[in-house]
Amino acid sequence: MLEEHAKIVQFITLAGEVTGRKKLQKMVYIAKKMNFPFQEKYQFHMYGPYSEELTLRVEELCNMAFLSEKKEDKGSYVQYTYSCTEEGSQFLSTMEGNHPKLDLCIERLNNKSSRFLEMVSTLLYFDHLERAEQVEKLHVVKGKLNFTETEIEEAFAFIKDLQLCIQA
Amino acid sequence: MVSYATQKLAEEKVFKDPVHRYIHVRDQVIWDLIGAREFQRLRRIKQLGTTYLVFHGAEHSRFNHSLGVYEVVRRIIDDIFTGRPEWDESERLVVLCAALLHDLGHGPFSHSFEHVFDLDHEKFTQAILLGDTEVNAILKRVAPEFPQHVSDVIAKTYGNKQAVSLISSQIDADRMDYLQRDAYFTGVSYGHFDMERILRVMRPREDQVVIKQSGMHAVEDYIMSRYQMYWQVYFHPVSRSAEVILTKALHRAKELSENGYKFAYEPRHFKTFFDRTFSLADYIALDEGIVMTYFQEWVHEEDEILADLCDRFVNRRLFQYIEFDPAKDYRKLSELEQLFKKAGINPAYYLVFDSSSDLPYDFYRPGEEGERVPIHLLMPNDELRELSRSSEIVEAISGKRRTDHKLYFPEDLLKDDTKKKAVKKQILQLLYGQA
Repeated sequence: MLEEHAKIVQFITLAGEVTGRKKLQKMVYIAKKMNFPFQEKYQFHMYGPYSEELTLRVEELCNMAFLSEKKEDKGSYVQYTYSCTEEGSQFLSTMEGNHPKLDLCIERLNNKSSRFLEMVSTLLYFDHLERAEQVEKLHVVKGKLNFTETEIEEAFAFIKDLQLCIQA
Repeated sequence: MVSYATQKLAEEKVFKDPVHRYIHVRDQVIWDLIGAREFQRLRRIKQLGTTYLVFHGAEHSRFNHSLGVYEVVRRIIDDIFTGRPEWDESERLVVLCAALLHDLGHGPFSHSFEHVFDLDHEKFTQAILLGDTEVNAILKRVAPEFPQHVSDVIAKTYGNKQAVSLISSQIDADRMDYLQRDAYFTGVSYGHFDMERILRVMRPREDQVVIKQSGMHAVEDYIMSRYQMYWQVYFHPVSRSAEVILTKALHRAKELSENGYKFAYEPRHFKTFFDRTFSLADYIALDEGIVMTYFQEWVHEEDEILADLCDRFVNRRLFQYIEFDPAKDYRKLSELEQLFKKAGINPAYYLVFDSSSDLPYDFYRPGEEGERVPIHLLMPNDELRELSRSSEIVEAISGKRRTDHKLYFPEDLLKDDTKKKAVKKQILQLLYGQA
């Protein structure tokens, strides 16, 4: 009954630690696009695909003390880091569910910056379009971020690698 | 020759409306869209889903609301923005169409239906706008790329963010219409605010719509109205109970179909959703009348769970609920599941955990990781100031989420002591904490 909560606790447990709310949003979105069964609904927002449901779920899990949220003042902004608590591990042990290859996916995502994941998730949001149209859309909605050709190439290569590693 | 995009009706048409008094239509395109079958379908989908089982007046449709959002946007751009240098008049029609069509993809009892069949109404809105539909044919007459532009405004992926923010932001036409409309039809006294005042002080800026500082108190009232409507109407625990039952009935029908159950009343309209082979036409063919017909027929099904859940929904025999703190009580949940099984009551259908949560207003300051564009006040010196920095009332509720957890169950079955009396007693003790 709390399976969706458990999936997020498991996700963060596998990641060890996730730094940045935006990064966590994008990581779960990309994992979802790689067909891992996350139920949170996403819509397009300021930073690309964003799930209000995931924000809520994470807040609930912090309130339940299954996740720990560490706040760090970076001067002009606050950064949040998420990790699983002892209580969270106990909760997870009462739940079933293990998704092969999810750990590999999470490891690759967690090694990337949130700017890079923002680009990848935006490209994936438009993956029903042809590649040239995807790039054009990226420039329209993320014009201010000035993604370079090289970065975009890297993002497409990353998506392909990720798909291959999950299928392997 | 006048193009279709600028063609006006010979005479203005008006719709009488209980919230905005009149909805005014001059554009031929808007008039044609209202007549399209996909738009007319919205008459058969209630705006508030199961809320009518609590507030009996809440029978209004998504058709009413869509016209209302169109009217609010029309007033903003035709009465307030027109002639201002920051407003691009060429965006007028695309924004009006987006306002009118923003909910086009909603299905019957959207929340439950989407959950059970893993669907997304926003994707259906795009599919209707871009697919082989009457709406698409009308939009294409404006320009071949016009349907895509309307779709982009609704999906928030349009280049002009100011246009997007009229329909999707923390103070947009969508919210301003539904708060007032839902308050009117439910009969509650919350949800009212001075929209005329807010519209008068709205100003277009580069990539957003801002509010003149003098309108701050009207905006405070709007935010408080929203806060109250969420807790008094939208998250009402009894309408959530009805929604829980509706969702479980659909789940049961899906499961039965997957297991080859022979329905006495075949779910012809749902078949392609059960096996995920549905087309856009299958989706458009659905409405709440159809869902209710199946539920009324399924009351007589041989499968006891489906028959009981449908009967509960049709005849408003709803589940009871208790407050439930998942952090403290998650172990109790496993225990309850086991006891329900022992009592012969399937917990997958009769024991349901449900959460509701709302964030009344969220602020964002440059560099922070917030996802919501804040409301900005336009100060007399022409600077912009985030609302919660000026309003103590808004500051008090900014970024504060309130969550409500409930556990739903059929109290009548548990109190029926003709069978499994001891285990049912144990369940009731666990639920209510009584000796």
